[in-house]
Amino acid sequence: MTARAMTKLNMVKALNWALLQEMERDPDVLILGEDVGVDGGVFRVTDDLQRKFGSQRVIDSPLAEAAIIGTAVGMALYGLKPVCEIQFSGFAFQCFHQIENHAARYRLRSQGRFHCQMVIRMPYGGGVRALEHHTESEEQFYAHVPGLKMVIPSGPRTARALLTSAIRDPDPVIFFESKALYHAAKEEVPEEPETLPIGTAQVVREGRDLTLVAYGAMLRVAREAADVLQAEDGVETEVLDLLTIAPLDRETIVASVGKTGRAVVVHEAPRSFGPAAEIAASIMEGAFLHLEAPVRRVTANDVSFVGFAREKANVPDVARVVAAARETLAF
Amino acid sequence: MPRTILEPRFQVEYLSILDSEGNLDAALDPKLPPGDLKALHRAMVLGRRLDERMVRLQRQGRIGTFAPIKGQEASQLGSVFTLRRTDWMVPSFRETAAMIWRGWPIEKILLFFAGYVEGGQPAPDQHDLPITVPVATQLPHAVGLAYAAQYRGDDAVVMAYFGDGATSEGDFHEALNFAGVWHVPVVFVCQNNQWAISVPLKKQTHSKTIAQKALAYGLPGIQVDGNDVLAVYAVAREAVDRARAGEGPTLIECVTYRLGVHTTADDPTKYRAEEEVRAWEQKDPLTRFRAYLEKKDLLEDGLEQRVDEEIAEAVRRFEATPPPDPLTVFDHVYAEMPPHLRAQRDELARWLREGAATGAEAPETPPRATPMRGQRLTRR
Repeated sequence: MTARAMTKLNMVKALNWALLQEMERDPDVLILGEDVGVDGGVFRVTDDLQRKFGSQRVIDSPLAEAAIIGTAVGMALYGLKPVCEIQFSGFAFQCFHQIENHAARYRLRSQGRFHCQMVIRMPYGGGVRALEHHTESEEQFYAHVPGLKMVIPSGPRTARALLTSAIRDPDPVIFFESKALYHAAKEEVPEEPETLPIGTAQVVREGRDLTLVAYGAMLRVAREAADVLQAEDGVETEVLDLLTIAPLDRETIVASVGKTGRAVVVHEAPRSFGPAAEIAASIMEGAFLHLEAPVRRVTANDVSFVGFAREKANVPDVARVVAAARETLAF
Repeated sequence: MPRTILEPRFQVEYLSILDSEGNLDAALDPKLPPGDLKALHRAMVLGRRLDERMVRLQRQGRIGTFAPIKGQEASQLGSVFTLRRTDWMVPSFRETAAMIWRGWPIEKILLFFAGYVEGGQPAPDQHDLPITVPVATQLPHAVGLAYAAQYRGDDAVVMAYFGDGATSEGDFHEALNFAGVWHVPVVFVCQNNQWAISVPLKKQTHSKTIAQKALAYGLPGIQVDGNDVLAVYAVAREAVDRARAGEGPTLIECVTYRLGVHTTADDPTKYRAEEEVRAWEQKDPLTRFRAYLEKKDLLEDGLEQRVDEEIAEAVRRFEATPPPDPLTVFDHVYAEMPPHLRAQRDELARWLREGAATGAEAPETPPRATPMRGQRLTRR
């Protein structure tokens, strides 16, 4: 193994590195969004990029989500590789038609003549005491749309590597960044560009008794639950970090549950028709005869907005995951 | 504090060159050479005859729902005629004549409306986007294309089509605003055909013109007699030349009329008076251009017959298309087919094989095309 120069970065800075290095590598990569230039983005992910690359490549757009995505579709049809920022995922419904009607479909509609190599970055999720439209998790909408890839990193290193992969990916990628993770922790990140395959989950902890499936901000919750189960129950938990929601890495999930026979899926999005439902169905299809218990879901409730005063009760935490795991183990 | 008048003051021009009898205002003659006049006329006749043929094909169940262009031939051809092949054409869903001018084969357009995805595939060297159905959503794409052309240093111009209804959509305003701020080479061609399905223009906007909406975004807007092919050509020529010279975007409002149905699933007798239609038939763009060419002795003998033969040939090629292979639907979802789609495709393939073996039959005709936004499926 060759020694690589590493730097400790938080997720904001790690994402900024991915953008900076991809823009240096490829003149077709450009950034488009509200306040991404002079301001460097409201979370500073695009900090200093306009100064480095100019206002033609880091574009402060008018306040119009649909036109950000719509014009980026046009740029992508022409061969550019726009990286769009939607300021909060809760505002993306104003451009959902451009994403679903066009970005996701151009390859199909034009039968391969056109495609949209573009990334749509959005901060998502709760845990930051924010108002309505600033705390929701909406990955299920994008994961459900054929033609889109839906990526959610779980920390600085995966964020940097996956954003690099997303920019290089020939298909449109919806890239969700957990606001709770932006400044949560620093990790060693290699200074040279690094990629991770989109569509591949990671086994971040091995175990033989139970599989916990999580992603984004919920990965930390799952890992801590696994620690509790090890310490208090002597249970060996396998933890999967999905990283990509769609296309879903069914192989890794099924292989893990084939070994453990029990699974709990954790996500911040509402339950019904959420990613956990698809994961549970995939486990039924791929590992039914190995199952010792029904697949459990620990998710937000089916409420679109609860207000941050009640947010804690709505979002999965370690205790809820441990409780669900114990029920599953006792089935 | 005084109440003052701000400069600049705005004005919107209206241009008409040929009157309804085909008399030319010589001072405004764009002086197209005879070959161009004949080519324009031929394309207009082709657009009209194909439109009529497509209505019959739809009534016979040979194609699905489609949006006829009857009455809008001059708006489409006068404008698209000014583009180079390397320029970009961005249609909505009622641009058959302009699309054929741009090189879309007739049989491909027929395939599109027969529900074949193949009908949406432009040729590899064609700078045309496929038909866009959600109203106005193609307009930001045109601005993005224009931005990209400018970014790359290409001298391409982008021409985008839409209707009067589209001007109520956010995407229209956002696209004009971006185009103005970015100063990109795009020409917005609004075919104001007076009706967005059942909603007349006066209920669509309180503005006196659509052209004036451009002024708020800092770009020129001009209104033109959309049934006068020479006038449409003249304003489009000016707008395209300005765009190519780096002088920015333009909004052109072609005042025209949808002589036919919104789509073949629509019944306009429910919402508009026959007298209104009759009045606009007096301003038919084909009649007046034909009268003008007749005076110039430029009418070609047997043109209609030759055009009909071309259409008949295309219909024959369209009808000879093999039945669609259901398994190809997975081919263009991603650059590379992910495992779950491969599995779904294999499952479908197995079903098609074994379903046939157990006597289950595939439907004989493809299902009806899905109606467009805002449509009812009325029985005819």
